[in-house]
Amino acid sequence: MIQLVYLVPLLPLIGFLIIGFFGKKLSNSIVGIIGSGAILGAFVVSLMIFLELNSQPLKSVTVDLFSWISAGNLSIPFSFLIDPLSSLFLLIITGIGFLIHLYSVGYMSHDEGFSRFFAYLNLFVFFMLLLVLGSNYLIMFVGWEGVGLCSYLLIGFWFKNTAYNNAAKKAFVMNRIGDLGFLLGIILIFVTFGSINYEEVFSVAITNHPNTPVITAITLLLFVGAMGKSAQLPLFTWLPDAMAGPTPVSALIHAATMVTAGIYMVARSNILYTLAPFSMEVVAVVGACTALFAATIGLAQNDIKKVLAYSTVSQLGYMFIALGVGAYTGAVFHVMTHAFFKALLFLGAGSVIHAMSNEQDIRKMGGLKSKIPITHITFLIGTLAIVGFPGFSGFFSKDEILAHAYEHNKLLWFLGVLGAAMTTFYMFRLYFLTFYGKFRGTHDQEHHLHESPKSMTIPLIVLAVLSIVGGFVGIPEVLGGSNLLEEFLKPVFESSSFYLPHHMEHDTEMMLMGIAVSVMVIAMCYAYVVYVKKNTLPAKEGEELKPAHKLIYNKYWVDEIYETIITKPLNFISEALYKIVDNQIVDGIVNGTGSIVNKLSGGVRYLQNGNIGVYIFLMVISIIAIIATRMF
Amino acid sequence: MSAIEVIPVDRYILLSTILFTIGVLGVLYRRNAIIIFMCIELMLNAVNLLLVAFSSFLSDSKGQVFVFFIMAVAAAEVAVGLAILMMVYRNSKSTDIDDLNKLKG
Repeated sequence: MIQLVYLVPLLPLIGFLIIGFFGKKLSNSIVGIIGSGAILGAFVVSLMIFLELNSQPLKSVTVDLFSWISAGNLSIPFSFLIDPLSSLFLLIITGIGFLIHLYSVGYMSHDEGFSRFFAYLNLFVFFMLLLVLGSNYLIMFVGWEGVGLCSYLLIGFWFKNTAYNNAAKKAFVMNRIGDLGFLLGIILIFVTFGSINYEEVFSVAITNHPNTPVITAITLLLFVGAMGKSAQLPLFTWLPDAMAGPTPVSALIHAATMVTAGIYMVARSNILYTLAPFSMEVVAVVGACTALFAATIGLAQNDIKKVLAYSTVSQLGYMFIALGVGAYTGAVFHVMTHAFFKALLFLGAGSVIHAMSNEQDIRKMGGLKSKIPITHITFLIGTLAIVGFPGFSGFFSKDEILAHAYEHNKLLWFLGVLGAAMTTFYMFRLYFLTFYGKFRGTHDQEHHLHESPKSMTIPLIVLAVLSIVGGFVGIPEVLGGSNLLEEFLKPVFESSSFYLPHHMEHDTEMMLMGIAVSVMVIAMCYAYVVYVKKNTLPAKEGEELKPAHKLIYNKYWVDEIYETIITKPLNFISEALYKIVDNQIVDGIVNGTGSIVNKLSGGVRYLQNGNIGVYIFLMVISIIAIIATRMF
Repeated sequence: MSAIEVIPVDRYILLSTILFTIGVLGVLYRRNAIIIFMCIELMLNAVNLLLVAFSSFLSDSKGQVFVFFIMAVAAAEVAVGLAILMMVYRNSKSTDIDDLNKLKG
C-alpha cells in the first residue's frame, strides 16, 4: 500500500484538472462530488498508509517515482518519504480537507465561481500533499510555492473587489520575502552537504557535526521561510488580511494546513535545529513574541474572522515556542489539535456569517444561541478546545508546550500563560458577543436567520467530536495516559532527543497545569462578567478610545509602520527610477536612436522617388565620379 | 596601311566622344523609353568604334574580337529590352519612363 502513495497527491491533481478544464460544463453537484471525492479518496489511501506504517517495524519508507533532475553531480529524484511525521500530516490535510470540501458544497452553493473554487481547492490540496510528502527540500519547495500560489488565488477569489485583490497581493509578496530565505537556505544546504535529500543531509549532520555557524545560518534562513508561511513576527500582517477569501479557505489554508507548513519544515529539519542552539532560541523568542503580540491585537477586534485570524497567528506562535524549546512532538501535537478546533471555529464562523446574511461584525450579532443551535454548540466546543479547557484537545497540546517551555525558560512559560489568558478572554468575548445577549442586527437579517444546511453542519459536528477526542492521543503520563503520539513520532525526532534531555517532576507538571487552568477560568469568568452580566458592547466605529485600547484596536499600526518605512521609500525609489532612469535615460537612448534613424532616412528617402530619369542621372553622375577618381 | 589609318586617331576619339556624349545626353533628357534604348545602343557603338580604331592602329586584333562580343551581347540585350518595352506598352499604353513609377511606395 505504501508504494501506492503517489495516489495521494495524484487524486486531487486529477480532480483539479477535470474541474479546471470542464468545470463550466459540469453541474454544481457533479463538481462537488468530484472535488470532495478526490480528497476523500486521498484520505482513504492516507489512512491505509498510516495503518500499514503503524503495523510494520520499518518507520521510514522512501518511494522513488522517477529521476527528476540530474545534472552533473546534482541528482534529485522525485521521491516521497513516508514516515510518522508525513503520514500524520497526510491524515490532517486530507481529513480536514475533505470535511472542508464538503462544507464548501453548501457554503459556496450560490456563488458563480463554484467550479473555479473547487478547482483551486483541489490544486491547493495537491501542492500541500507534495510539500509534506517530498523526500528532499526541492519537492518541499515546489509544494511550498504551490500552496502560496493557491493561497493567492483563493484570497483574491472574489477578484472584483479591489480590497480583496490587494489582500491577495499582500499575502503573496510577504510570502515571497520568506520564500527567498527558504530558497537561500536550500542552496546553502546543498553547498554544505552536497545533497538536499533529507536522509543524506541529516545523516551527514549527525555524524560530521559540521561547523555550527553554517548550520545556524541554514536554520535561520529556513526559519525566515517559516516566518513568512506561518505568519510570525515580523511577516504576520498578511494572515489577518487573508480573511478576505471565502471562509472555507480561511479554515483550510489559513488555519489548518498551509500556515502549519512552517512548523512542518522546522520539525522535519529538527536535527539541523538541534545542532544550532542559537536558531532554537530565535525560534522560541519569535514564537513567544508572536503569540503574545497577536493575542493582544485579538482582544480588540470586532470582525469575527479577524479575531480568529489573530488567534491563529498566536497559536502558531505557540507551536514555534514548542519547536524552539525542542518539544517537536508538542508542536506537531498542537498542529493537529489546532487543525481540528481552528477549522471548526472558522467553519462555525462561516456558518454564523451565512446565517447573518454575510455580516461579519460581532457588534451587530448577539443572541444567536437558540437561532442556530448546532453552530452554537460546535462553536462552544471549539472555543473550549482553543482555550485549553481540561479534557478538550487544546488542553493537552497547550499543556505539553507550556510544560516544555517552563523547563527551558521560565520567562517563555510566563509569556505563554499570559498569551493563553488573553486567548481565553478574546475567544469568550467573541463567543458571548455572538451567541448571548440581544440580537443587534437589522430586522432583515433577523428575519433571514436560519441554521445552515446539512452539508455544512455535518463537518461541524465531526470536527467538534475531533476537537474533544483529538487530544486523547497525547495524554501526558502525569494524568495516567501514555503519550501515544510521542511514541508514534519517536523515530522522526529520535536523533534530536539525544541532544535534548527531557525530564520533569510530576509535581511541577501538575502545578503548571493547575496554574494554566486557573488562569484560563479567571479569564473566562472575566469575559462572562464583562460581556454577559454587564452587557458591555465594544465601542462603535469612530468612537474615542483609551490610548492602550486604541493601540491594539489599530493593530499597533504595524501595517502603517510597514507602509511608512518600507513601502513608501520603495515607492519613492521606484518612482524616481521610473521618472529619471527609465523615462529620461533608457527611453531617451531608445527613442533617440529611433529618431536619429528616422531623420536620416527622411533625408535619404527623397532619392527613392520612383523617377527613372533621376535614377539614370544619378547613375551617370556616379559613373563619371568613379572614372574621375580613377583618373586622378 | 589600311583604310582606317588614313584618318588620324584623334579624330576617331573625337567622334566616339561626341557619339557617346549624344548617347548619354539622350538617356538623360529623353522621356521616351525607345529613344533611351537607342541612345544606349549609340553609346555602345561609340565604344565599338573606338575599339576598332585602336585595334587597327595598334595592330592588335583583340579589340576587334571584343567588338564582336559587344555586338552579340547588345543584340541579346535588344531582344530582351524590346520585349520588356512591348509588355510595358501593352500594359500602360505609353513608353514614357515617367509613367513607370508603379513600384514607388
